[in-house]
Amino acid sequence: MFARDEDILKAAEDWRRDGKGVALATVVETWGSAPRPIGANLVIDEAGNFLGSVSGGCVEGAVVAEALDVIESGQPKLLEFGVADEAAWKVGLSCGGTIRVYVEKVE
Amino acid sequence: MWRRSSERKTEPVKLDILHALNAERAARRAAVVVTDIASGEQRFVPAAAIAADPLRDVLESRLRTGKSGMADTPSGRVFLTVYVPPPKLVITGAVHISQALAPMALLLGYDVTIVDPRTAFASAERFPDVRVIAEWPDTALPPLGIDRYTAFAALTHDPKIDEPGLIHALARGCFYVGALGSRKTHARRVERLTAHGVSSADIARIHAPIGLPIGAVSPPEIAVSILGEITARLRLPAEKAATPVDA
Repeated sequence: MFARDEDILKAAEDWRRDGKGVALATVVETWGSAPRPIGANLVIDEAGNFLGSVSGGCVEGAVVAEALDVIESGQPKLLEFGVADEAAWKVGLSCGGTIRVYVEKVE
Repeated sequence: MWRRSSERKTEPVKLDILHALNAERAARRAAVVVTDIASGEQRFVPAAAIAADPLRDVLESRLRTGKSGMADTPSGRVFLTVYVPPPKLVITGAVHISQALAPMALLLGYDVTIVDPRTAFASAERFPDVRVIAEWPDTALPPLGIDRYTAFAALTHDPKIDEPGLIHALARGCFYVGALGSRKTHARRVERLTAHGVSSADIARIHAPIGLPIGAVSPPEIAVSILGEITARLRLPAEKAATPVDA
């Protein structure tokens, strides 16, 4: 099922109300060619289910993994993805851009 | 990479913020969420509360552009998530093309309303997920709050229904106005609108024949061509969004 922007935030609220651990990832900065605009959201639950996107599918896997940490610790994280980080992250943006993604727990 | 600051507050406020935000969006009201990236602290500012907010100037300017982004404030660097209501699509004509256009436009995030006084066409069964108003445009359109965030498509082929709609849409400054019909039909429409006192500048804003020239034949294909044209109007600068007209 395709999710529109408002569906993603609704899911974040609904999943949390269902008692799941939930994190919300948001694109907060972009440089160069970025697949999703600033403000784009990805919502993740404690089981690794997710809805929405912060890239064209390039870094969602890494963001989901970090989000599971955030759900457990409650500490927000600021992630950066780009060509320069490819070695460190094993993922990157093939479009050549750089993005920063803020991941926070929905308390 | 990511960084952590040594002290953080985690308060059980985020679900409340999400709830308030989802409620404002459902009511088609704008809002901003202010997040201190370093501390994780967050607050929710509905449009109505911006005038009294310490960050009033930056919040107002962001709301005008509708763009989220980082901002430097006296209390540090924050991320502003800006939520503006989705654009509206108002259609005259509960016709076959509209049955394809309405669900596609919903997928694109438009708030869709269909107006057609012919009750045989304007039924909820034919249009399960959108608002259908079985009234004449003169009655149905004024309460809809049609504005520059609205696209208007006239699809009935019937001047009695389409033209009052076109006149209203042009007067309200819709970002897109399109009308179904051949060049010949449109030429006659232009004569009638001119006789009615619509300016030539306004008439020139009507996309007619409606839709991008992609050779669309079936109702869903015509819907794609219309939504392509609306998207160009919404996203491209005006000069690039001009529909190419083949001779």
